[in-house]
Amino acid sequence: MSLPNYTSWNYRVWHYTYLTICALVFFFLIAPLFIILPLSFNAEQYMHFSKGMLALDPDAFSLRWYEDMIYGTKNPWGLAAKNSIIIAFFATIGSTILGTVAALGLSSRHMPYKAAFMALLISPMIVPLIISGTAIFFFMAKVGLAATHTGIILAHIILGTPFVVITVTATLTGFDHSVTRAAASLGSNPVNTFMKITLPLILPGVISGALFAFVTSFDEVVVVLFLAGLENTTIPIQMWVGLREQLSPTIMAVATCLIVMCPLLLPLYNSYV
Amino acid sequence: MSTEKILSSDGIPLELSLKKAERKNKLKAVMLVAPLFLFLIITYVFPIGDMLFRSVDDRMITKMLPNTFTAIEKWDGKELPEEPVYAALYEDLAYLKKTKTYGKIIARLNYEKGGFSSLIKKTVRKLGKFEEGNYKEQFIKVHKRWGQNEYLVALKNTAPNWSYAKYLKGVDLKFDQDRNIIQQDEDRRIHKILWLRTLKVAFWVTIFCFLLAYPISYLLATLPMKYSNLLMICVLLPFWTSLLVRTSSWMVLLQQQGPINDLIVWLGLAANDARPELMYNVIGTFVAMTQILLPFMVLPLYSVMKTISPSLMRAGKSLGGTPFVAFRKIYFPLTIPGIGAGSLLVFILAIGYYITPALVGGASGSLISNTIAYHMKSSLDWSFAAALGTMLLVGVLTIYWIYNKLVGIDNIKLG
Repeated sequence: MSLPNYTSWNYRVWHYTYLTICALVFFFLIAPLFIILPLSFNAEQYMHFSKGMLALDPDAFSLRWYEDMIYGTKNPWGLAAKNSIIIAFFATIGSTILGTVAALGLSSRHMPYKAAFMALLISPMIVPLIISGTAIFFFMAKVGLAATHTGIILAHIILGTPFVVITVTATLTGFDHSVTRAAASLGSNPVNTFMKITLPLILPGVISGALFAFVTSFDEVVVVLFLAGLENTTIPIQMWVGLREQLSPTIMAVATCLIVMCPLLLPLYNSYV
Repeated sequence: MSTEKILSSDGIPLELSLKKAERKNKLKAVMLVAPLFLFLIITYVFPIGDMLFRSVDDRMITKMLPNTFTAIEKWDGKELPEEPVYAALYEDLAYLKKTKTYGKIIARLNYEKGGFSSLIKKTVRKLGKFEEGNYKEQFIKVHKRWGQNEYLVALKNTAPNWSYAKYLKGVDLKFDQDRNIIQQDEDRRIHKILWLRTLKVAFWVTIFCFLLAYPISYLLATLPMKYSNLLMICVLLPFWTSLLVRTSSWMVLLQQQGPINDLIVWLGLAANDARPELMYNVIGTFVAMTQILLPFMVLPLYSVMKTISPSLMRAGKSLGGTPFVAFRKIYFPLTIPGIGAGSLLVFILAIGYYITPALVGGASGSLISNTIAYHMKSSLDWSFAAALGTMLLVGVLTIYWIYNKLVGIDNIKLG
């Protein structure tokens, strides 16, 4: 922001101080993410920068931790990645369908007790995960779904739906209901109307909700910690275990992969919302 | 005036047919919400209710010693009970020994009064040598505590099916011998500290998130679109990045040989061999949580600031206000809804935070969630975990209720 010539000296100082503060806050937000990237190429088994790395000595860098991630013995990451993707995929589908349908009902002007229903449907997002985890664990253990993929998927559907409900209701607030009436008057049945008219119009909300649901499931640790057995391990669980036991550069390699994945999601999100 | 009813084309009064259509629409809306509603009731609301129930449920011991509790019911607790009580106790313990299930009652009774553990273990061991008749004498012979009134009173005190003892434990209180509520022993008072620390960390994280988020939200809202979109990525990138990745980056930064400590040493603020502990204490929890929750403050603030017309500030200045006065009297009051929304959101999230304190907090930086997880996974005192969880839940739901009143739950903005 350039300042006009007539600004006082005082204001000028204040203005640049303000910009510096902003720059520092942005740095605080973004810098920690980038500390991980160089460390994942560390040639040594340390989690801090070696002298060689600081001197940019090529020998101090290597891809060994990426190799370890992919080919390492007793490698948990392959199974974890497979599980994470399967669980997140089905959880996303489940949350998106349930959440979108519920949002359609909630946005109808005929819906009774709208606020109360909304508050209830959003609650899994507000209630601390540790409480949700505890409660869901008791339930899944009772019905025999603890340590199964199904149990974890159901749990992630619970946690993912609030995001879909919120994003889809937000798109539906500007929705012109006369278009569905027009479709109906032209002889279309409700399902056809939904698929051909409503869905394309609310698609941005549905997609961003689905994206939230996917990320929620893909990144969720607390509930899985309670529910997962050895067979159901996921990427976050493996990271959690790794971070608790020993900080190995392999984790930094995995983290780098996850950070790189994120900008792939961002444009998808931005182009729709 | 004519009171004649208006009829629709098929001869039904219009009012009725309108009501019918309304009812149909209402039903349609409810049917759409129903699948998710029922799903959540079964898999979420009901389990949370079950958790609440578990925290006060104390029927296990009554079920395991049924004869004893029937016999001891009429005992007034003044003199030692009569023979039938001991006979019933023998019968119950013999059954538990046979089925090898007495472990559970040991834990429960020892919780009521220390010393029960060895008492039950020894009695069960010697149970085989008991002869029929005169059980009272034999019990006292096995262990003299069976002849002490206080142990039998403690046993009787476990009779009620419901107990809020776990809730008392959650705030460092307990029952004494005569069912009076007293303070927990000095060295066991850990939960009050924990609650206070949780509130303190959540409070300060909220304050700092606000202080850091306000200037950048203002910048994002006032910059031209092409710059602000670019800067917005700095907010959205951490927002979308895995929580564990962000926590692990803080672990790297804050460790003893980490870059921040390097910087401190380089600046000469500390000697190389006396690097400050930045992690595994409350500082680590606080710093990492502030950075991780910052986007949740920026996004609502930004969306409110975006709607404030810049001409309002110009009008204020043109009417003679200094920029500071114009800001304080015009801009700031207009952003209060955003501040409220962001602060409540951050506070709610912070108060139940688990992952970050568990990884960077250590013992002195752990919060109430970590204690709940400990009792769930390690000490296996599930009913106590449920009691702490319920207390936390009540707190969060109160804030949620306030949030709903002030902000409206359907006004939550994501991204």
